[in-house]
Parts: sequence; C-alpha cells; structure tokens
Amino acid sequence: MTTDQGDNNAKVRRNRRFVAPALVSGALLLGIGRAPADTQPTPATNSVDQATLIAVTPPPFSKGIFPCSECHKPDDKVNRTPRIVAEHDTVVFEHDKKNRWCLDCHDAQDRDKLRLASGVLLDFRESFKLCGQCHGTQLRDWTAGEHGKRTGSWSGQKQYLLCVNCHNPHSPRFRPVKPLPPPQRPELSK
Amino acid sequence: MNKPQEQAGAPSNYSRREVMVGLFSLAALAALAPGCSPKSKVLRAYFHKHFKELKPAELKAVLAIWAERYQLAYGQPVAVQATPPLDGVKFGYALDISRCIGCRRCVYGCVEENNQSRDPQVHWITVLEMEQDKGIDLHHSTPYYNPATVPQPDKFYFPVACQQCENPPCVKVCPVNATWKEPDGIVVIDYDWCVGCRCCLTACPYGARHFNWKQPGLPAGEVNPATEYLGTRPRVKGVVEKCTFCLQRVRQGRYPKCVEVCPVGARKFGNLLDPHSEIRYILQHKRIYILKEELNTEPKFFYYFGL
Amino acid sequence: MKSVFHFLRECLRIISRGNAAYYVWMVFLLVCVGQGLLAYGHQLDAGLGVTNMRDAVSWGFYIGNFTFLVGVAAAAVLLVIPAYIYDWKPIKEVVVYGELLALAAIVMCLLFVLVDMGRPERLWHLLPVLGRPHFPSSLLAWDALVLNIYFLINLTVVCFLLFAAFRGRPYNRKVVVPLVILSIPAAVGIHTVTAFLYNGMASRPYWNSAILAPRFLASAFCSGPAVLLILFQVLRKVSRFEIKDDAIHKIAELMAYAMAFNLFLFGAELFKEFYSHTADVVHYQYLLYGVHGQPSPIAPFAWASLCMAIAAFLLFLIPRTRQWPVTMNLGCLLIYFSVYIEKGIALIIPGYTPDTLGQIYEYVPSPTELRVSVGIFGAGFLLFTLLVKVAIYLLSDQPHAAPEPAAARR
Repeated sequence: MTTDQGDNNAKVRRNRRFVAPALVSGALLLGIGRAPADTQPTPATNSVDQATLIAVTPPPFSKGIFPCSECHKPDDKVNRTPRIVAEHDTVVFEHDKKNRWCLDCHDAQDRDKLRLASGVLLDFRESFKLCGQCHGTQLRDWTAGEHGKRTGSWSGQKQYLLCVNCHNPHSPRFRPVKPLPPPQRPELSK
Repeated sequence: MNKPQEQAGAPSNYSRREVMVGLFSLAALAALAPGCSPKSKVLRAYFHKHFKELKPAELKAVLAIWAERYQLAYGQPVAVQATPPLDGVKFGYALDISRCIGCRRCVYGCVEENNQSRDPQVHWITVLEMEQDKGIDLHHSTPYYNPATVPQPDKFYFPVACQQCENPPCVKVCPVNATWKEPDGIVVIDYDWCVGCRCCLTACPYGARHFNWKQPGLPAGEVNPATEYLGTRPRVKGVVEKCTFCLQRVRQGRYPKCVEVCPVGARKFGNLLDPHSEIRYILQHKRIYILKEELNTEPKFFYYFGL
Repeated sequence: MKSVFHFLRECLRIISRGNAAYYVWMVFLLVCVGQGLLAYGHQLDAGLGVTNMRDAVSWGFYIGNFTFLVGVAAAAVLLVIPAYIYDWKPIKEVVVYGELLALAAIVMCLLFVLVDMGRPERLWHLLPVLGRPHFPSSLLAWDALVLNIYFLINLTVVCFLLFAAFRGRPYNRKVVVPLVILSIPAAVGIHTVTAFLYNGMASRPYWNSAILAPRFLASAFCSGPAVLLILFQVLRKVSRFEIKDDAIHKIAELMAYAMAFNLFLFGAELFKEFYSHTADVVHYQYLLYGVHGQPSPIAPFAWASLCMAIAAFLLFLIPRTRQWPVTMNLGCLLIYFSVYIEKGIALIIPGYTPDTLGQIYEYVPSPTELRVSVGIFGAGFLLFTLLVKVAIYLLSDQPHAAPEPAAARR
C-alpha cells in the first residue's frame, strides 16, 4: 500500500482491503467499450458498514503480447540505456517521452510485472498503483469514484475500469471520437 | 414511502371523490369488476384514479392493463412496475464539464433505455456545445454541432437534462397534480393523468420537459421491456415526459444508463444522504456549478470541474 | 317554468328571423365554425404536431388568442365601474351588451384552452372532487376556476336581465346589482390571474416582471371598449338601440387614458431591459429587431402594434378627432389590432425565444392553427350575434308587455 495519498479516509482504506480478492481472473482481453457483466441489484442503504467492493476490469493487452516472459527471460542481460526499441514498433510512446522509457514502469528482470519506484513489483491488474506514483490526485479521485467510470450498482457492488482501460499507458491522451448525430431541428419536424 | 393511500391527506374528500367517480360512469364501475372485456378495460384505464389514490389492488389492475396493451402493441412481453422509492435515499447526479467530450453516447443510450420516440425524435438529454472563450453562456451555445470529431479544441460541452429540482417549478404549475417529486427526489409524471397543457414546459428553466406532439414512434423491436409506470413505459401522444434518473434502474440499485455509457466517466451518480457516496465526495472536494442557481430551484444535478 | 319555456321559444323565434344580410352573416360564421371543426378533428387525430408549436415554443397562437380574449372579456365589464360606482346613466344602459360580449369572449377563451390541450378528453382531471385540481399553487387551475366563475356571473346577469325584459317587468335588483358589482373584481381577477400565469414563470424572464398584470389590465381597458364602441355604432344604425354620443365620447376618452398608461408601462419595461442590459434583454431584442444578427420575423408586427397604439392614443386624446366618427372608428380599429398583436404575438413568442437553453426556434402559426382559431372566432361571433339579436329585440325593439310578434322586421 504505497500509494496512499494524504487524505485517504477510512472508507478508502477499507475498500483497498477488498481489491485483491475481488480481482477478476480469466480472460484478459477486454477492451474499453466492453460492458461489464450486470450485477445483482442490491437494495439501497446509506450504511457505512456495507462493504463496497472494487472490482477491476482486466487490463487491455494487445493480442498475443502477454505474458511477456514468452520472449523476455528473467536471466536475460538487459540494456538499461533509454532508447527506441525496434521490436515494439507498434507502441507509440507519447507519455512524457523526453524523460520516460520502458523500464521506468516495466520491471527489467520479471517482464510479467510492473515495478514501482520503491522496487515493489506489481501485477498488471494493479497497474493503478503504478500510475498513482505520479498521478496521485487522479488515483485518489479514482479510488473515491470521481475519476474514471464505475458501472454496476450505485448502492452495492460496482466495477472500476483500470486507468489503462481508458488511457493507453504509452500515449495516455484521449483520441477524439466521432460524435453521434445531432438532434433534429424543430423546424424540420413538421 | 410512496404508498400514497397511506398519506392521502383528507380521507373524507377521498371517499367522496370515490363516490363521485363511481357515479360518474356506471360503465366504469362495471369495468372494475374482475374478468372484464377489452372494451371495459378501455373505460377502466380512462377513468382510473390518480396514481397516488390507487389502492394496491387497483394499482395492480392498472399495471396489468398497460402490460397487456404494450404486449399487443409491441408483440413482446413488457413488464410495467411501480417500484416504490427506497428509504433513506435522495438521488444526486454530478457531471464533469471538464471531461465531457460531447460525443452524445448518453443521448442515444438514454433514448434506447427509456423507450423515447425515435420519430418524431424525443431526446431527454441535450448536449450543448459552448465556446471556451465565452464560458458557460447558453446564448452562445448550440445542440446542433456536428464536426468530424469531438472534442473540438476551442469548444467544451454541456449536457442538460432534468435537474430533479428540490423546488421543481414544473410541479408547482401543473394544474392537475400529474407530476410530483417522489421522496427519493425524482420528479415523476403520471402519463395517464397528464392533460397536456404544457405549463410545465414553460415553467422548466432547463428545457428538460418534452411533449409528445405526435404519436410516439417506437419500433416494436426496440422496446426496453423493463418499464416503470412513472418512468420508462411507452408514452402516448399529447403527454409530457422527461428524464427520471432511470427510475427503473436506480430503484433497483443500478446506475442510470447515461452513467454507464459515458466513455469518459464524466457522469456520476449516487445517494446524497450517504456521506460515503461518490456524489458526496464530489460535492465535498470539487468545484461545483449549478445551472441557473439564481432561480432557487435547487437542482440535484450538479456540474463540476474534475480537472 | 312555463314562462321559461316560452322565453326559450321566443329566443329561438327571434334568432331564426332576419334579413338577407343576417342570414349571409350566419352562413359565413357557420362555414367558419365548420372548417374549424374539420381542422380540429385533424389535430385530434394527428396530435398537436400539426401546429407549429414545439418544445421550444410550447404555447403559441391558441394561448395568445386566449390571452387577448380574456382582456376583451374583462374590459367589456369594466365599463360597469363608471356606470355603477358613479351612477353614470349614459353608460348604464349599455352594460348588458358589455356582459354579452364578456360571455362570448369567455366561451372563446375556454375553447382556445381546450384546443391547446394534448389530452382534452382528460379535462375532468381539472374538476374539483372528480379530478385533482392543483390548488392553490397552479395558476392554470386558478385561471380555470375564475374564468368559469366569471362566465357564470355574466350568464346569470344576462339571463335575469333578458328574462325580465321578456316578461316586461323590471329585473330583480336584489340579484342583479350585487352580481354586477361582483363582476367588477371578477373581471380584474380573470385578467390578473391570466397575467400571473405568465408572470409566475421564473424560467421566462420576459414575463417575470411585476408590471405584467398592470400592463394586461391597461391594454384590456383599451381593447374591450374598442370592440364595444364599434358595436354600439353598428347597433345604432341597424336597430332601435339607443346610445348617446356623450357616452361614446366618454368611453373614448377613458380609452385614451388607458392607452397612455399602457404605453407608459411598456416604456418603463423597455427602459429597465435596455438600460440594465442583462442577459435577459435578448427577449426584447427578439421582439424589436432580432438576435445574433438575424432579423426577427415578429419585429414588424411589434413595431406596427406600437405605432398603431401611439396613433390611436393621439386620435383619442384630441377632443375633435375623438368626437369625429371617422377618426374615432379608425382609432378603435387601430387599438383593436394593436392590442391583438400585443397579446397574441408580442406577448407569447418572445417569451419563448430564445428558449431556456438559449436556442431560437422561429414560430409562426401553422395553417391548422389558423383554421382552428378562425373556427373559434366564428363560434364566438355566432354566439355573440345571437345573444345581441335577442337582447336588442327584448330590450329595445319589443313593445313592452306585448309578447306577440310585433316587430319581425329583421
């Protein structure tokens, strides 16, 4: 629990306890737009004691890329000089690219893990902690349900999306989208 | 509690009215007998009492009549429920203006969820495009923007729907009590009671109410069959409708449809009475903008700036 | 009871007789009503979408006409004030015609509200006991109440006066005089409540002004008498109805003062809006020229209304033009059309344009709206013609205490 921001309240800490057990295992190839499974409706309550689970949608890996250890072996010799890596030419890197590169986040030895600045290794399903190292306020707001999207039940079990479900970690800025059609003008509905 | 027969203020008036309704039409009385013909069902639906005065059995009968009508009209089972509000809940909504990209996913998600007329078009959500150098200025906004992509660099987007006011001017002006605020804060309309005078459209400062100028066009294959009497059930021409925070979902504990379809997570929803809810977190930690705050309508729909 | 039956039969006899012009007029009105009914049938079938009203401009021509006619109904009876409070004889004779005009105008008002309803078959929801009228907070519920009370008062007074005349006896003063007195506050009431219907909408800054009700009354004091003055002169020509020039000139003078007050209030409104120049000024801009560089389609009407009002005020202010029949009648027509535009167009449409979200939908009435409105005016004029015909016969033409058909010359 290295990412706690100063004003995390009791609720947030309580929530965190449930992160690990609630993680979904299984298919890891969900995209952004994929709707989560419906949850059973839970009656409303404003009780503080009700456990509110944080279920996290699996990270959106490119097809065939994971596990990374298929190619990168733990005892490989690693070149730690920041550079453009030709093998990953599908990655467009636009994430503070002057100062950042792969091994700032990916662990050099165990490529199936992410690595915090403290040296702690993280599962990809906990990537929000890594993001929160720099984007602390966003992590705080995400934990509270303000940042990002939650689906499911406002009063009970709900699902969070990971940061990387919406923000491509290599180029996090949102892409513009085509809007759905404008409403019909009243003049034309005669 | 919404079970109005328990709170009907003047019991003497109530029973007198009941007598009058009975006298008003023998046919209607006959129709109240069980096992009635389709023709008497028409009369029964026409003469049925105000929603708040229906006894549980009467309410059940009215719901059944509508379920049958919808089944006939749309060729599929349509459930019509009257879910009461939840205790200890007051719904609130927050929308992050700094994140909305104006993609209108919410507009059409809402249309499909809430059985709005496709043609003529009825949209409960209006997304306004505004100019960044003018700020929030309705007079320099347009809902008709249609660029190749959104967001446009010099614009921002401002979705408007029913603000579920604590002091709803639309409720105040209704001449027949066809619209009211429920204990959970949702302003609802009884489509069977509305006379279509459109006072509420005039009174609403948010353009949130919509009138069925023609018979609503809802294709049979596109009906959302999980409906509520005071919410999403298909409407008829000549009555007013509006956003109900997805009554049929939120009273089951679920998020409104627009919250779930927003691709950027700009829409937030929860119980204002729960100090640990997302909505309370936003009210405590973010800068809030209330549309037309000076009108003292006290919306439970809050705009905020997450960034 | 028998005499009531006789009275009704006599009324039928009176209205079934007349000269060629009368029959042509009747046929014309019936044609108006008939085509209006057809148009309304179409609207009932297809929905209010056949009008040009939309969510942005959700009240239009129907409610505009309603508002104008409430003014006519109110003002027709307001002539009673000088007649009874100052016991001023010349006007007293004509009060019954004011009441008849009020009756016809109220019927038209109620019809205009009816045709504006999305579900007219549910009108019983507005009735006490049977339905659930929203008292005391809904102004429309109040309006329905006061309009009906006013209708009943006038109906009672007119029936008493005509029935008494039919029987050749003096009318029952104990019933009529209190009712006539009561009709004065009721007349003020219907127009004030109608003004409050708009006034109370905080969402529409164009109407949310404290001087809206006074403006309504001032303009009604102009338009109602304008209708009556023309009517009196017509009646004087075609029947034995008598009214002194003195009374007509006095009414015209009252109208000049009312118009002055009306113009003053409008000026006060203009000053407040344009000098303070808040965001809400857009509605007045739309009324007078247009917004966002787009000319407003109603601006020509607004200016025409203003010019006609000023011209009529001048005509009625100067004693010589007030008393010369040509200029006086011109003044009446100018006032009538000025107030008709003011209430029917300039009051409603700018209130909705731009709408509450700042959008502009340019509303002009659809052919169906015009046809239904013509039908309602036809019905109103029809009712009024019949009432006046009965009244003239019973009050002036009929040889007193001689029920047999003596004068069937029309």
